[in-house]
Amino acid sequence: MYQFNFQPVLDNLDLLLYGAWLTVRLSLMAMVLGLVVSVLGAVAKTSGIRPLRWLIDIYVEVIRNTPFLVQIFFIFFGLPAAGISMSPNVAALVALVINVGAYGTEIIRAGIESIPQGQIEAGRALGLSPAQIFRYVILKPALRNIYPSLTSQFIYLMLTSSVVSVISANDLASAGADLNAQTFASFEIYLVLTILYFLLAFGFSTLFSAIRRAFFTYPAGR
Amino acid sequence: MIREFSSADILFIVSAVRWTLILSAIAFLGGAMGGLLIALSRTSHSKALRRMAAGFIQIFQGTPLLMQLFLVYFGLAVVGLPINPLLAAAVALTLHASAYLGEIWRGAIEAVPSGQTEAATALSLSYPDRMRHVILPQAMRVATAPTVGFLVQLIKGTSLASIIGFTELTRAGQIINNATFKPFLVFGTVAILYFILCWPLSLLARHMEARMRRAITR
Repeated sequence: MYQFNFQPVLDNLDLLLYGAWLTVRLSLMAMVLGLVVSVLGAVAKTSGIRPLRWLIDIYVEVIRNTPFLVQIFFIFFGLPAAGISMSPNVAALVALVINVGAYGTEIIRAGIESIPQGQIEAGRALGLSPAQIFRYVILKPALRNIYPSLTSQFIYLMLTSSVVSVISANDLASAGADLNAQTFASFEIYLVLTILYFLLAFGFSTLFSAIRRAFFTYPAGR
Repeated sequence: MIREFSSADILFIVSAVRWTLILSAIAFLGGAMGGLLIALSRTSHSKALRRMAAGFIQIFQGTPLLMQLFLVYFGLAVVGLPINPLLAAAVALTLHASAYLGEIWRGAIEAVPSGQTEAATALSLSYPDRMRHVILPQAMRVATAPTVGFLVQLIKGTSLASIIGFTELTRAGQIINNATFKPFLVFGTVAILYFILCWPLSLLARHMEARMRRAITR
């Protein structure tokens, strides 16, 4: 009969909680930077410039059709051969931003295309500048429309970020791996890690619904 | 000892594709069975079944696949089974796929208008007959595109099995990289192979989705 031993986990709970904080920080940074990449990508994709659109298409398709694990191996181990080397933590952030940027580009593009042409014409008729039209008439309503898919992609990003532990970037999963190497209480450690990730996902989803209530509940109209 | 990267290495990597495909197939078939159970429980009349299925989905969609793999891998020892990477990966990916497919198919079942259920009940069809002949065939039309889309996610997910030591495509790449130290070439090749597996499926999913949208608006 297997003897459960949670003592090593309880003794080192502070290490795991610190790891959880690192995962939160890494994910938040990747979400913010990823959102920037996504908006830029979506703007480039909906722009009239052909080569730019093709470039974005290739980026989105390559990232969405290869595993994140291979992407991070390529960035961390492969790019130094091309003269670009990064520390594990930087490589982890870069890989996450590139990854979520591809999914985000597709999501935001769909949002922008969901805005009826008449709404943009109405903005022009009101004498708004192109930048104002983009910000108030296209981007904000588009973000509201796609908010649920964008935030669930962000939560998925946080869960995926556990993979950065394979290049020993600092996060919750690698805190668990370190503890496992010292204590060998494998099942107990990964059980607690899984619970912590679950709580983090719950926390992010609570945060995202609070943000939705604060910013995206103005009258939608018809 | 570092040796040159040769055509034999490429052959080794390419032949590892079969393990990625086998693992994906096992997880997809297992996940299809599990997913059907989850979707039926999620849409059943029993509150307890609905709650249990919802909890299952929430746990597997709210935790990283990597943690699920580790838990099953080390969990085998807990239940007294020998530790086996293929078994652990197959079980974890099957559970993972069951949750995601269950949620996709729940949506598809709920998309069938309730009048269909009422009409079938009025014709005094039993629950199995109602599901088999009325609801599921209609739900299947809605479900195919997202199911193919999930298959792409599942194939990519099998790469994580390399972390618990199962030699599929990604791990084959790591092995060759350790011997030849040509990471750019090796992981580039691995990425291209995944792309060749996944891209046609992505295109198919998009094509089916567009066709369905046209069918609905018509």
